[in-house]
Amino acid sequence: MKHIRASQRFPFVLAILTLLVTLFMLIPMALSVTAGLVNNYSQGLASGLTTRWLEQVWEGYGDTVMWSLMIASVCVLITIVVGVPCAYALARTRSRWARLFEELLTLPVAVPGLATGLALILVYGQFRDFRQSFLFILVGHVVFTLPFVVRTVSSAFANRELIAMEEAARTLGADFTSRLVGILIPAVMPAIVASALMVFTLSIGEFNLTWMLHTPLTRTLPVGLADSYASMRIEVGSAYTLIFFIVVLPLLWFLQAIANEVQKRYGT
Amino acid sequence: MQRLACLTPVVAIFFAFWLLPMAWLVALPAQKGWATYFAILTHSKYWLSLINTVGLSLIVTVATLVLGAAVGIFFARYRFVGRQVLLSFLTLPLSFPGVIIGFFMILLGGRQGLVADVSEALGAGRWTLAYGFSGLFLAYLYFSLPRAIATYTAAAEKMDLALEEAARTMGASRYAILRDVWIPELAPTTLACAAIVFATSMGAFGTAFTLATKFEVLPITIYSEFTNYANFALAASLSIALGLVTWLVMYFARRYSNSPTAVI
Repeated sequence: MKHIRASQRFPFVLAILTLLVTLFMLIPMALSVTAGLVNNYSQGLASGLTTRWLEQVWEGYGDTVMWSLMIASVCVLITIVVGVPCAYALARTRSRWARLFEELLTLPVAVPGLATGLALILVYGQFRDFRQSFLFILVGHVVFTLPFVVRTVSSAFANRELIAMEEAARTLGADFTSRLVGILIPAVMPAIVASALMVFTLSIGEFNLTWMLHTPLTRTLPVGLADSYASMRIEVGSAYTLIFFIVVLPLLWFLQAIANEVQKRYGT
Repeated sequence: MQRLACLTPVVAIFFAFWLLPMAWLVALPAQKGWATYFAILTHSKYWLSLINTVGLSLIVTVATLVLGAAVGIFFARYRFVGRQVLLSFLTLPLSFPGVIIGFFMILLGGRQGLVADVSEALGAGRWTLAYGFSGLFLAYLYFSLPRAIATYTAAAEKMDLALEEAARTMGASRYAILRDVWIPELAPTTLACAAIVFATSMGAFGTAFTLATKFEVLPITIYSEFTNYANFALAASLSIALGLVTWLVMYFARRYSNSPTAVI
């Protein structure tokens, strides 16, 4: 796709739109990073740089970061462990029930998180110990992210070549375990890793559901963010946002790099 | 037997923590009489909230598709220094919670925002656009664009340049190329992308929550019915309506697009 004649005329409209969109996307990020580091937001950089807002946030909300990372990791673990076998079973079943279940499984994604949160509270809100633990939030995240894993991995399992390969192995006498380890898992590894990354990202940033499910003692990062935006000075909100960037983004990049590596090694 | 064992955990989790609660939610409005199910159509307050939400989501979807396609085509066609870095920055907000994007709009167009500073310096007074329709529109655009840019860039890279070249050599105008080559070629992407952007906008709660706008959208209405008035049956009824609209949009997009996984 190097310089092909179709693109000889430089399209100024596209370039200008791209520039405007870029500015629109990047300016708020830059604003929030600087706002979290200056002494006084309304005076701007002239008021000098400080880390005291960051420290204040870390003291008041540091635990939310840890809990979010924990919930996201456990959520990935659970969705992969239960989702991958389910994806396999669905990909190898032709029954109408399996199709119906697949269709039903898309509902938690299509239905807004607010409704799911409301429903969970209505039914399980009375179990106080459950309601007041992080488990309650975890359950919401698992239900919300499970469909991504099942559908992504299931469509990888449904690959025709893979089915033929598994069939060949079976006729040559390979039992289920050796087919699983030798053929199936390596073949769908890129899909598993990609969906794990997706689950982690979704869980870390989830707010719509979590805001309904949280209690004052069970707060995740996005919940803490909303709390600080509503009740703290603008510098504190910005510093908190900066902490989100510092903690979460490198982690996501790192995971993305691993996913790319897996894609290279196992990908078709 | 093996398959059953594979399926059981997911089925159990799904039934216990989604289907059962949802069935409860769907049954709840009946306690207050059947009319509660239609509250969204019969009460002007809720009807207005629905119209607001659908209208906003539609406008955001159209704007996102146009801008996302333009940026995507640009990124697919032109190689320049820093392209990859820029692209990764533009898709970064995919991982931001909605509340952060609401906060971004406050920084940009709030009372102490950048737009207010600039407009004051220009002698036009302090403009605040964060707390009304425009703030919500820009915020929703902000969280929708990264997805559109990513999908359109990938789709535009696969576009057949020979087709466009043929059209050009035969003297087609730019408008004709847009209409007869670009739009048909990107149609499947557009459909999938539109469905996701629309559904996400309909259900977005964090952004509107942070902005605390006067322009009321349905998720906020549901939330305040639930927390401020403890009107559970009504909150459930409105949630059903909201869920139904988004699910229908996703369902039809999935049926009419040729790739089953593009729209989950």
